[in-house]
Amino acid sequence: MSEQAPLHEVRPTTQRDIPERFIPVPIVEKGHTFASVTDQISSIVLKKKTPIGWWIGFGITFALVQVLMVTLARVVFGGIGNFGINHPVGWGFDIINFVWWIGIGHAGTLISAILLLLRQDWRTSINRFAEAMTLFAVASAGLYPLFHTGRPWYAFWLFPYPNTMGLWPQFRSPLMWDVFAVSTYATVSFLFWYVGLIPDLATLRDRARSRIGQTIYGMGALGWRGSAKHWSRYEHAYLLLAGLSTPLVLSVHTIVSFDFAVSVIPGWHSTFFPPYFVAGAVFAGFAMVLTLSIPIRKIFKLQDFITMKHLENMGKVMLATGLIVFYAYIMEAFFAWYSGNVYERYMILNRQHGPYKHMYMMLIICNGLAPQMMWVKRFRTSATMLFITAMFVNVGMWLERFVIIPTSLSRDYLPSSWGTYHGSPWDWSMFVGSIGLFLCLLFLFLRLLPMISIFEMRTMLPEADVHEAEA
Amino acid sequence: MSRNEEEDSGFGALRDKISRTRGRDYWRSLEELSRTDSFEEFFIQEFPRQAQPLGEGVDRRDFVKLMGASVAFAGLTACNRPAEKIIPYVRTPEGVVPGQPLFFASAMPLAGVATGVLVESHMGRPTKIEGNPDHPSSLGATDPFMQAAVLSLYDPDRSQTVRHLGEISTWSEFIAAMQPVLRDAQANGGAGIRILTQTVNSPTLGAQIQQFLTAHPGARWHQWEPAGRDNAREGGRLAFGAYVNTVYHFDKANVVLSLDANFLNCGPGNLRYARDFMSRRRVRKGTTSMNRLYLVESAPSSTGSVADHRLPLKPSAVEAVARAVAAGLGAGGAAAPSEHAAWVAAVLRDLQANRGASIVVAGDEQPPVVHQLAHAMNQTLGNIGTTVTITDPVEVAPANQLASLRQLIADIRGGSVRHLIMLGGNPVFDAPADFEFRSALTLVPVRVHLSSHYDETSELSHWHIPETHFLENWSDARGHDGTVSIIQPLIAPLYNGRSAHEVLAVLNGIDLPGYDIVRKNWQGQGDAAAFEVVWRKWLNDGIIAGSALPARAGSANGNAAPPAPAAAGGIELQFRSDPTIFDGRFANIGWLQELPKPITKITWDNALLVSPRTAARLNIAPEDELVNERTTILVRIHYHGRQLELPVWIVPGHADDAATVHYGYGRSRSGRLGDHTGFNVYPIRFSDGMHVGHGATLVRTGTAYKIACTQEHQSLGEGGDRGIIRPTTLAGFLGNPEFALTKFDRPESAEANESMVPAWSYTADSNGNPLNAWGMVIDPGTCIGCNGCVIACQSENNIAVVGKDQVWRQREMHWLRIDRYYSGSPENPQIYNQPIPCMQCENAPCEPVCPVEATVHSAEGLNDMTYNRCVGTRYCSNNCPYKVRRFNFYQYSDYFTPSLKPMRNPDVTVRTRGVMEKCTYCVQRINAAKITAEREDRPVRDGEIVTACQQACPTEAITFGNINDPTSRVAQLKKQPHNYALLAELNTRPRTTYLGVVRNPNPEMKAE
Repeated sequence: MSEQAPLHEVRPTTQRDIPERFIPVPIVEKGHTFASVTDQISSIVLKKKTPIGWWIGFGITFALVQVLMVTLARVVFGGIGNFGINHPVGWGFDIINFVWWIGIGHAGTLISAILLLLRQDWRTSINRFAEAMTLFAVASAGLYPLFHTGRPWYAFWLFPYPNTMGLWPQFRSPLMWDVFAVSTYATVSFLFWYVGLIPDLATLRDRARSRIGQTIYGMGALGWRGSAKHWSRYEHAYLLLAGLSTPLVLSVHTIVSFDFAVSVIPGWHSTFFPPYFVAGAVFAGFAMVLTLSIPIRKIFKLQDFITMKHLENMGKVMLATGLIVFYAYIMEAFFAWYSGNVYERYMILNRQHGPYKHMYMMLIICNGLAPQMMWVKRFRTSATMLFITAMFVNVGMWLERFVIIPTSLSRDYLPSSWGTYHGSPWDWSMFVGSIGLFLCLLFLFLRLLPMISIFEMRTMLPEADVHEAEA
Repeated sequence: MSRNEEEDSGFGALRDKISRTRGRDYWRSLEELSRTDSFEEFFIQEFPRQAQPLGEGVDRRDFVKLMGASVAFAGLTACNRPAEKIIPYVRTPEGVVPGQPLFFASAMPLAGVATGVLVESHMGRPTKIEGNPDHPSSLGATDPFMQAAVLSLYDPDRSQTVRHLGEISTWSEFIAAMQPVLRDAQANGGAGIRILTQTVNSPTLGAQIQQFLTAHPGARWHQWEPAGRDNAREGGRLAFGAYVNTVYHFDKANVVLSLDANFLNCGPGNLRYARDFMSRRRVRKGTTSMNRLYLVESAPSSTGSVADHRLPLKPSAVEAVARAVAAGLGAGGAAAPSEHAAWVAAVLRDLQANRGASIVVAGDEQPPVVHQLAHAMNQTLGNIGTTVTITDPVEVAPANQLASLRQLIADIRGGSVRHLIMLGGNPVFDAPADFEFRSALTLVPVRVHLSSHYDETSELSHWHIPETHFLENWSDARGHDGTVSIIQPLIAPLYNGRSAHEVLAVLNGIDLPGYDIVRKNWQGQGDAAAFEVVWRKWLNDGIIAGSALPARAGSANGNAAPPAPAAAGGIELQFRSDPTIFDGRFANIGWLQELPKPITKITWDNALLVSPRTAARLNIAPEDELVNERTTILVRIHYHGRQLELPVWIVPGHADDAATVHYGYGRSRSGRLGDHTGFNVYPIRFSDGMHVGHGATLVRTGTAYKIACTQEHQSLGEGGDRGIIRPTTLAGFLGNPEFALTKFDRPESAEANESMVPAWSYTADSNGNPLNAWGMVIDPGTCIGCNGCVIACQSENNIAVVGKDQVWRQREMHWLRIDRYYSGSPENPQIYNQPIPCMQCENAPCEPVCPVEATVHSAEGLNDMTYNRCVGTRYCSNNCPYKVRRFNFYQYSDYFTPSLKPMRNPDVTVRTRGVMEKCTYCVQRINAAKITAEREDRPVRDGEIVTACQQACPTEAITFGNINDPTSRVAQLKKQPHNYALLAELNTRPRTTYLGVVRNPNPEMKAE
């Protein structure tokens, strides 16, 4: 085997002397060939007739994008007062949703990068899709820091660029770090996703019948011809990007958590926020991948490629990260009590018994109790149960950010300036609109690009399992 | 071109012509201009080379030239110059330096008493009111009404023209219309003419009215003030046989008994009284004694919030306490056995131990007999002559106004009133309900109303004349002790208004400007040249020195009438003027509407205040879902056969079985802000219960009502002991002067301040020049929560008004707020006020979190806010533990109303939407003083910089200065043993610190 052989073709799990029970369930269902894999995945994109269901879904989500546009217009031209924020709660749905979306994005990066490096082959079926989800989630997330400012037309001042004012941004501010973290994250995620797409774009170029398709896919394919040299370069680039992305999985949400941890507000000022937030992000991300992949594999009949094994594995990751998150909730309460600090103690009491106690109770149910179902193999291998659990987690992770952000702000140090917070109708419309944007982009992606990596799926087939001994 | 040449060229005429045209007429005037001789003449002289006869048409070049000229002259129309010949600034008037304000002394009359003011004027525009330090009623302090006077001057909804039958008319038409009336009056001695004024205490106006009455014996003069002091007047007459004025000297009193008197925040001289009273409560190192305040009242007031012993009783029960104390002192009357015997006994002993050094003061709302007893008690205790001075009234013609108004109504209904001239006031809105003034008024054949707004009364009048603001006219007025101030105008009337003096001059047939009227009244027959010197001094000082009324002889008669039989049961309704919009006259003043009312912290509304127990009886509990800081429940009052719905508000410390309502709200013709805010209480205010009504029943309705309140009902214990207010007793202070300190307030170890960033030295800059370090100390023990500072800050710093809906959404913009906390039982809690400005932390949590460095630290320790760098992430506000930052969620500052533009302080930026703002320690004042000091090559002196809040504060609870200067007052205060920093445990190192609150309860009485 040459030095330039693709790394992931070395698969220790296929060693002959491993007992049968350790040989994992195959990632692709039996009976597929290179051609059938390529046919089935590419045909979703290349078939002429767009299914009516797609048009309906796209239409609805596109309408939601218009809701977003109206909201943004109103906020930019009217004022940030359209949202429910006030004194003392300066951050509400804007930052809740920002953190929620960024968290969701994490699964994509984790699947693409860390699981690649850990040689978890099962990731292959879902990585393209998860990476796209990451990108769209980051796009939705990115709206919020921009439009949550009072004067979004000056938001570019957050970037360090040489300017006539002779001013730099405040590098001590976690929001500044956010700018770097999120923009890096968006860039690397896009590159990673795009580089991974190149061989498939070439496949589409070659298979496309229409002139437009050939041209556009051709441009995207960057002249890919599938030569050994191309493959060699490709593998290196992909691995490097995976290496670059790996720290991002940890860093982005760590830095997002600094927005809170660096502050002095009880309920925010906490040293364990970085690991807690990262675990929460992965938790939320896998829940979202499950939420999306379960219906999609059903609709597009991709059960052969996204098998129950994938779903079960994601359920396991969800359980593991969910336990970390639940542990953090318990520790938060414990430390508040153990610190003896009057503000910290009141913060926890307020969460549990204050005006937002229902939020906290629902949070514990959604994020603490619901994932415990994943201990049971029967639930873990049931698409319905997985979907239900994932929905609990989606809601729970949103609630978690609500409990952290407005609940802590609404009652901090001086009781005289305590207040209450409720999302305004425009907060909701922006939230719904950002979900619309996310889903709308996803619909476009499903129709225009291969949602499963064709070439990588082919390597999953037994035919691809070429060994030196047999060669 | 010199001025003479201009005249020759006809330029002046041309300018006149252009200045008469309005903006949209430029195009037309261009054509017209080109045809006038004078323009051609001017054009040839101005541009001789291009001078060519203009033909019929105008070609492109000429068009462009003309347009340039036309637009250049167009600016002239923008300056609203008077019609008379005026003189330009060839030589700048003495003292006017562009950009530098001038201060003029004047006085603000309100409800029959005037307070001296200094008005800050920027290039002829009054922008800010300060108290006149030389005026005995102010001593430099201001109340919210005074501060808001600039906004009432520039109120865009002021009446702008004379109206006749609702149609626009003119002053000369009014004068013409009055001529037949006056001719008739001359013939029949003025029969049928009635003048209705508010309480008049302007000697000149009084003289004018007297002149008219003398000339027209058939005419009558009535006065009406809804928040009137009839009870105090009648009480004085019961005691002394004549109307008197009472002046208190709280600085000489060791013990004060207040019988329902909110003397620190209401009534004549309250600013002075607050200063004097608190001068005996300033606890510093070495203080061994304080005065002691006993107080009986039903609704907690500002005065009640600082009382050492507060006894909540329903209004009618105060009389019994007064009788009991009076009987105990032997001042008259016999005491009935009282359930408060122990309280009364303790008060008695304390008063007796302080003969000649105590004060008994009765509230204006208490019946005359309580005032009589208070006078008698002061007499018996030997206080009259020492702590209490009785003088003749400061009003021109004291009268029982209720009786006076009743007589007027009777005369109208009797058909004997033909001309009613109303100078100010709004009786259609605020007269007692049973007088039915509205229907009576329509019976009068000729009705004239002088008023600043086209209000409810103007609407029903034949003639409406816009009234000048006191900053626009000449007048005079007396302070609480009789000291006379000449009121001088700061600006020409904005809307061609007329003063009451000018209207009376018309009635008297002498058409003179206000200046001459007032001046003539004071000049008398004296020497003109000598008078000019005196007059200038009076105007300069703002007072006529030595014009305070002398003490009056006579002793108080304590033979009080026997108590009236107890009134019917039910809830007692207490009527009070509103703490912020007064009797309704300030309803359109946004600053006052949005000012959180003392104790309740409600804005933009009035409410029915009840005790927790009374509320429980109404089936309303504080835990009620509908009762919180954002909503409450409407309660229906059944009273005297009428019904009124009001939002209920639970006030800890309110007396049971009583409810307090504030009148003044519910205006229908006050302007864009005041109309239809709150609930009109006047329809249930009857002449037999002007202050207290008996037999009301309250019924809970199911209707929720949104209420904009800026603070929940926090008690001090809520959320654990946070050490926000640190109270003790005098004994506690003497035992441990450092009672307020925690381990965090002790001088910190080096370890506590360990940081990777080297500490900034605030003592000297890098060149070794000494630096200022600005700091502030606030003494919450002397804060009465009067709100003077809040609105002074609003006026000084161009703080926007946001409206009820935005306050309801917790978005009020006040940079300085007064927090109110309760401790103890909800029936009778201790109440604490705490002003909270920006703490200007040295380790400010807001600064490092701003991503664009819009908030940075100055070398002198100020936490500066750069508005135009702010992008509005609000992170700074989130991270502020004191929550003093305010965000412009919308475009709150009014950029477009023309009349509000001259009101703004030119030294402070008017903020735009989307930026954060906060207290700056009045950095504009700091910089002004620093520039002066630098020019004079000296350090800034202590006391040279006074922040707006500090300047307004009647009790001097706020001290500002340079803490690097060990001799400065603020540095002295920082060294006090009970000086502590709020939330010191966060190591924010705030520059604003607080003093522990020391109260002086009677050790004989058990703590409430």
